[in-house]
Amino acid sequence: MDVGPQSASPTRRLILLAAAGFGLTSLAAPADATSAAMEEAIRALVGEAAINRGKVKLELPPIVENGNTVPLTVSVESPMTETDHVASIHIFNEKNPQPYVAAFHLGPRAGRAAVSARIRLADSQRVTAIARLGDGSFWSDSADVIVTLAACAEG
Amino acid sequence: MKTVVLAVVAAAAAAAAEIAPEDRRSGYDFAAPETRAMQDDDTANPGILGVLQGETLWTRKVGAADRSCADCHGDARLSMKGVAARYPAFDPALGRPVDLEQRINRCRTEHQGAEPLTWESADLLALSAFVAFQSRGLPIALRSTAELRPFLDQGSELFHRREGQLNLSCSQCHDDNWGKRLAGSVIPQGHPTGYPVYRLEWQSLGSLQRRLRNCMIGVRAEPFEYGAPEAVALELYLMGRASGMTLETPAVRP
Amino acid sequence: MARVLINLPARAKRGEVIEIKTLIAHPMETGYRVGPTGTAIPRDIINRFVCTYNDAEVFRAELFPAIAANPFIAFFTVATESGELAFSWTDDHVETQTEVRQITVE
Repeated sequence: MDVGPQSASPTRRLILLAAAGFGLTSLAAPADATSAAMEEAIRALVGEAAINRGKVKLELPPIVENGNTVPLTVSVESPMTETDHVASIHIFNEKNPQPYVAAFHLGPRAGRAAVSARIRLADSQRVTAIARLGDGSFWSDSADVIVTLAACAEG
Repeated sequence: MKTVVLAVVAAAAAAAAEIAPEDRRSGYDFAAPETRAMQDDDTANPGILGVLQGETLWTRKVGAADRSCADCHGDARLSMKGVAARYPAFDPALGRPVDLEQRINRCRTEHQGAEPLTWESADLLALSAFVAFQSRGLPIALRSTAELRPFLDQGSELFHRREGQLNLSCSQCHDDNWGKRLAGSVIPQGHPTGYPVYRLEWQSLGSLQRRLRNCMIGVRAEPFEYGAPEAVALELYLMGRASGMTLETPAVRP
Repeated sequence: MARVLINLPARAKRGEVIEIKTLIAHPMETGYRVGPTGTAIPRDIINRFVCTYNDAEVFRAELFPAIAANPFIAFFTVATESGELAFSWTDDHVETQTEVRQITVE
């Protein structure tokens, strides 16, 4: 796509536009202010109890077209009986202004511990799901999401 | 010398790379799988909320004439089928094309004795979504009349001319560089196959004119005012360029 | 009254696990967006969603500004008996909107 004597070719202009702040954001280093807020929020939920890995599956797209609406599904392996069920699932994030995303309260009547929702992610970050089982134990899973910005935004 | 070269370049640009009919792809094809999934499921597509709202408004009596859309047009599933697929359409009374939103407002003022609905208002989007939904699955097909010719030409000229501080034309991205990436996003071909569209960036339904304004702001050009003749001419050209493609309203796009 | 879309089967077998999908029109204003005058647009979200089945709570969600506009929530419940499912959304003004759906369980 050749354009002759103009000082900047359209291709270069596109690159400049991309460089001018619309670029992909990278995954953040783990230790920063809002990561701490997420850790604190998780502690407030869990107290001194251990958080086990396993049972929980948090599904998010690894690369997101638009951080305004990100489909999320969280499921927990559980027979969902009176004696063995998921009582609640809590979703946290590390880079939004607040660490909380949602808390879902289930119980044996749910039949299946799986919830889908659409969330907002302000930046590329880690999202964490913590499930509390009926016996008081905690299980978790995390997902790292890359959030891209729209190239042609409004205003 | 410079002007001669520019003229040659302009001519070359105007003749450049129109997308071959068999290579045309809807924005749907460039969207991420989860975005497509959101569109495909009528029980989860946020644009459907607007369609449902429009269905309610369709039977609501308004204005000095105390008349609803249904009073004249009956069941929209029959009367509105194919309508959105051929808009913008020529309005003989005005002597120029009007788009679907303008047509709805003309019905309101001329036949219902009501105030026109504001551009991008929830009600206008709901009504246009409901009407366009009745053409979902149908091919885009403008009526080819001689009267539309000058406006199609105007639209084409607008599509191919450079604008804004970035000095880019629509054609340079959407004819010549579709499929490539601009920052994190894939550049689509720019066919209005699903308007009004639920755009994730807006977190709401929005019209084609709103989307065009976003593009113009993106190249740092002064956007057309809502309802400006240039805006309608460009819509007309885009629908002509998308002729034969399937209407998907309400589409979901990033 | 916000526009709502609820999807669940009209009939189910006793003991069957059914999926319920809900969508409600709401901007979910986060409170972090800055308006044209430079001041923040006040927070205004749906913060609570409850599903009851013949008056017994079977699902509840606490929602925060990180939930996207036009909140979509899909969950499961066991079809225990015929009756009424009620869905309630409560916002920051403590106003609640409730929609009901019937289910026949064989």
